[in-house]
Amino acid sequence: MYLLEVRDLTKHFGGIRAIEEVRFRAREGSITSVIGPNGAGKTTLFNCLTGITRPTKGVVSFLNNEITGIKPDKAVKLGISRTFQNIRLFREMSVLENVMVSQHCRTRSGLLSAIIKNKAFKNEEQAIREKALEYLELVGLENYSDTVSGNLPYGSQKRLEIARAVATEPRLILLDEPTAGMNPQETAEMMGLIRKLRELGKTVILIEHDMKVVMGISENIVVLDHGVKIAEGTPEEIKRNPLVIEAYLGKEH
Amino acid sequence: MAESGIQNSKFKIQDSKPGKIHSPFFIALWLSLLFLPFKGIKAASILFVSLLLLLFIFRAFSGYAKILMDKLNAMRESIIERFKAVYAGSEASGMIAYSLLFVFLFAIPFFAKDYFIDVLILAGIYIILAQGLNIVVGFAGLLNLGFVAFYAIGAYSYALLNTKLGIGFWPALPLSLALVTLSGFVLAVPALRLKGDYLAIVTLGFGEIVRLVFNNWDSLTKGPNGIGGIEPPHLFEMHVSRLSHYYYFILFFVVLTVFIIRRVKASRIGRAWLAIREDEIAAASIGINTISYKLYAFAFGAFWAGLAGVLFAAKMQFVSPESFTFMESVLILCMVILGGLGSIPGIILGSVILVMLPEMLREVQLYRMIALGSGLVLLMIFRPQGIFGGKSVSSGG
Amino acid sequence: MLPIYTYLIFSVLKPLLFLLKSSVFVQQVINGLTVGGVYALIALGYTMVYGILELINFAHGEIYMLGAYLGIIFLGFFTAIGLTSFSLPLSLFLAFILSIIFCSSYGYTMEKIAYKPLRNAPRLSPLISAIGVSIFLQNYVMLTQGATDKVFPHIVENAGLEIGGVSVTYIQLFIITVSVLMMLSLHIFITRTRMGKAMRAVAQDKTMASLVGINIDTVISVTFVIGSGLAAVAGLMVASYYGLVNYSIGYIAGIKAFTAAVLGGIGSIPGAMFGGIFLGLIESLSAAYISPEYKDAYAFIILIIILLIKPSGLFGKSQEEKV
Repeated sequence: MYLLEVRDLTKHFGGIRAIEEVRFRAREGSITSVIGPNGAGKTTLFNCLTGITRPTKGVVSFLNNEITGIKPDKAVKLGISRTFQNIRLFREMSVLENVMVSQHCRTRSGLLSAIIKNKAFKNEEQAIREKALEYLELVGLENYSDTVSGNLPYGSQKRLEIARAVATEPRLILLDEPTAGMNPQETAEMMGLIRKLRELGKTVILIEHDMKVVMGISENIVVLDHGVKIAEGTPEEIKRNPLVIEAYLGKEH
Repeated sequence: MAESGIQNSKFKIQDSKPGKIHSPFFIALWLSLLFLPFKGIKAASILFVSLLLLLFIFRAFSGYAKILMDKLNAMRESIIERFKAVYAGSEASGMIAYSLLFVFLFAIPFFAKDYFIDVLILAGIYIILAQGLNIVVGFAGLLNLGFVAFYAIGAYSYALLNTKLGIGFWPALPLSLALVTLSGFVLAVPALRLKGDYLAIVTLGFGEIVRLVFNNWDSLTKGPNGIGGIEPPHLFEMHVSRLSHYYYFILFFVVLTVFIIRRVKASRIGRAWLAIREDEIAAASIGINTISYKLYAFAFGAFWAGLAGVLFAAKMQFVSPESFTFMESVLILCMVILGGLGSIPGIILGSVILVMLPEMLREVQLYRMIALGSGLVLLMIFRPQGIFGGKSVSSGG
Repeated sequence: MLPIYTYLIFSVLKPLLFLLKSSVFVQQVINGLTVGGVYALIALGYTMVYGILELINFAHGEIYMLGAYLGIIFLGFFTAIGLTSFSLPLSLFLAFILSIIFCSSYGYTMEKIAYKPLRNAPRLSPLISAIGVSIFLQNYVMLTQGATDKVFPHIVENAGLEIGGVSVTYIQLFIITVSVLMMLSLHIFITRTRMGKAMRAVAQDKTMASLVGINIDTVISVTFVIGSGLAAVAGLMVASYYGLVNYSIGYIAGIKAFTAAVLGGIGSIPGAMFGGIFLGLIESLSAAYISPEYKDAYAFIILIIILLIKPSGLFGKSQEEKV
C-alpha cells in the first residue's frame, strides 16, 4: 500500500522553478531517499509536502486523500512530521519540554481544566511526560531531559529533533539531512536510529548527501536535479543509472 | 529565530576590529556642546565639568565597578537559588514560605500609612496588567505596543456600564471582561498576519485609535473631561471603598491572576506559546496551529488588562483618556522587561519596582522620566534579560 | 433601463465632480502636500535606518522635535544679536544649517550610545533602547526649555498667493519646494555617490559589504547623520508653518512618519517619499470631508487597512522565511 503519492508537483518562486512536475510514491513502512546536487529542490519538496510552502501545481495525496496545500499543523495531525536541515529546536526550552510540546496535537485539555487541574488534566500531563521520556530514550537522550536544548552538542540536537518529530505520532517522517555534519560513528548511530523508526512502523523519507547512508538503508531512491526528477529506483539501479552519474559528476565522465 | 542568529554572527565580523577609545575629555566636551543651545553657556560648562569628573571617576573605578557588579550578580543568583529551592523543595518548606508571605501581605494595612497602601494598590493593578502583557510578549513572543488599549476598554466598559446603565460592579465585571476579550480577538485577527515590527506598529496604532475614540466621542465618554462618579465595588452589602478594604480586594485579584497564569503556563497551552515564541515554523511543524494560539495569547492577555482596567476604574471612581496614553503601554512593557520576559515572579518584582521607584523619588520628580529613559537604554545594554533573567527580548515576530 | 442607469451614474458622479471643482478640495490638496512633504522627510530617516539596521528608530521623531526647537533657539539668538534685522535670509539660512549640524550630531551620538552596543543583541533590545532614548529626549527638552508651547519668532510674514479662492502661503510653497529638493538630492546621493552605493550594499548584505572593504560603522553613522539632518529640516519648517512647537510633537510626528514609511514599504526610499505625501493628502482630505477630530487616527486606520491587503507595504517586497 502506498502511504504517500506525489503527482506532477511543481513549485515556482517568481521565475525560478524550484521543482518541476515531480512524481513518486512511498510505500508504507519503507525508507525512501531523495538525493540530488545542491539546489536541486529537495528541501522545497519537503516544504510542499509538509505545508510550509504551497505548491504551484500538482497533487500530494496521503492515505489516498488529497492534501495538497494543507496547513502545516493539519499535516502533522494527519500523520506527517519532519525535521529541518538547519536544526530548529525550541532552543530555550528544556530537552524534555521540546518533546512534551510535540504531543500538542495528540492531546486535548483546555484552558479550564488547566486552571482547575482536574483529574483528566493531571492524567494527560502524566502521560505526556512519560511518553516524552520514552521518545528521549529512543534517541538516547533520556539523561539530558533537563538540559536547555540549545546547549546540547550538535549531534544530540539532531537526534532531539527526531525525537520531537516522532512525538507527534506520525506515520510518515521526513528527515532533512539527518547525518549532515556528523562523524562516521554518529552517522552509523543515526542509520541505526532510522532503521529503528522503520521497525516502529514509520515510513521514512530522507534527504541525504552521504551516499553510504543512502545506499545502505533506502529501498527506493528519488534523484532530483534542477527541480526535475531524473531517476528513481533501488540503490542498485541508481548506482548504474548514467543520468545520475552525469548529474553528479558532469558530462565529461 | 535561526535567521536572525545567522545575521548576528555575520555582524561579529567587524567586531574584531579595534574600536576607537575616546578620551573622557572629548566625550564630555562633545556632550556639553550638544547641550549648549538648550540651556546656555553656564549650564553647559557645569555639565562639562561634572561629566568630566564622572567619567574620570568611572574610569578610575571601573575595576571596582566590575567587582561590584559580580558581587551583585552573585547575590541575585543566590536569591534566585533560594527561591528555586522554595519552589522545588519539599511541599512543607514551600508552604511555610508562602504562608509567611501571605501573613505579611495581609498584615500590611495594620501598620502601613494610607499613602503607602495607596501605592501598593496601584502596584497591584500594574502587576495584573504586566502579567497580562507577559502572556503576549513573554510567552508568545508577540510585541504589543498598544496594550494599554485593553486596559482602557476595561476601565471605560465598567465606567459606562455603571454610570449610564446603573449596573453594579459584580454584574459589570464579566460583561466588561467579555468585551475586552472580544476586542483582543478583533485586534488579533488582522494583526496576526503581520510579523515583528509591523505587528508592533499596528498594535501601537490600535492603542492610539482607542484612546482617540474615548477622547473624541464626547456624547458617550465626555471626552477629555472623563467620566466621574463611578461606584466602588461592594461586597456583602458593603462598599469596598476604604483603602485597606480595597487593598485586600486587589490582593485577592492579584493572587488569582498569578495563580491562573502560572497554571496555564504549565499546561500544553503555555508550552505551545513558548514554542511559537522560540520558532514559529518549527511550532507549526509539530502540529501547533500558530494562528489560533497567537489569537488566544492576545485575547487571554487582553482579558487581564481588562480586569486591571475595571479595578482601576472602580478604585479611582473616575476615568479619563489621559490615563491610557502610549507612555502607559511603554511603562507596562518596561515592567515586563525589567522583571525578565516570561518570568512570573520577576514581573511581579518589576511592576512593584517601577511603581514604587517614582514614588520614592518624589523630590526629584522632574528627573524621573529622564531616569526612566536612560534606565531603559542601560538595561538593554547591560542586562537585557531583566532581573530574573527570564529570556532576553527576542524577535517580535 | 438606460435612463435609470444614467441617472444612477449621474447621481454618484455629480457630488464627486462638485468635490473636484470646489476650491476646498484644491486647498486641502495643497495643505496635504505641505504636511506630506514633511512626513516624507522624516519617513526617509526611518526607512534608511530600517533598511540598514532593521531597527525602528523610535527616537527619530524626537530628532525632528529637536530640529524645531533648535531653529527657534537659533533664530531667537540671531534676533538678540541683531542679525535678523541685518539680513533675514542669511539668519534663516544659518538657523537651518546649525539645526542640521546639531541634529545630525544628536543622531550620531544616539547611535553610538544607545544602538551600537546592541548590534549583536536580539531584535527587540534596540527597539526598547530606542523607546528609552525617545523618553529621554522628550524630557530633556521639557526640562531645559519648559513644558509650555514655544512660539516661532514672527519674522517670516504669513503672506501668500490667492488664486480662485485657494490660498497658498509662501511658507507652504517653501516647504513643498524644499521637501522636493531634499528628496531629489537624497536620491542622487544614494544612486550616484560612492557612499550612497556603499549604503545600498550594506542594506542588502552586511557580510558581503564588509568583505569588499566597506566600513559598516561609517555607513551606519552616515545613515544616522543624513536621516537626522532631514528631520532637522522638517522640524524647522513645521515650526515656521504652525508657529508653535512643544516637546511632545516628536512622538506623534514620528509615529505618522513611520506609518508613512511602512505605507511605502519600509526600507524603500521612493516608498517613504510616496508614503509621506500620500499620508499627508489622506489626512488633510479626511479631516476636511469626514471629521477633523479623528485627524490623528486616520493615519493608523489607513496603515492597518494597507497592511491587511499587502502585509509588506505598498512598495515593499514580500519575503518568505527560508526553511
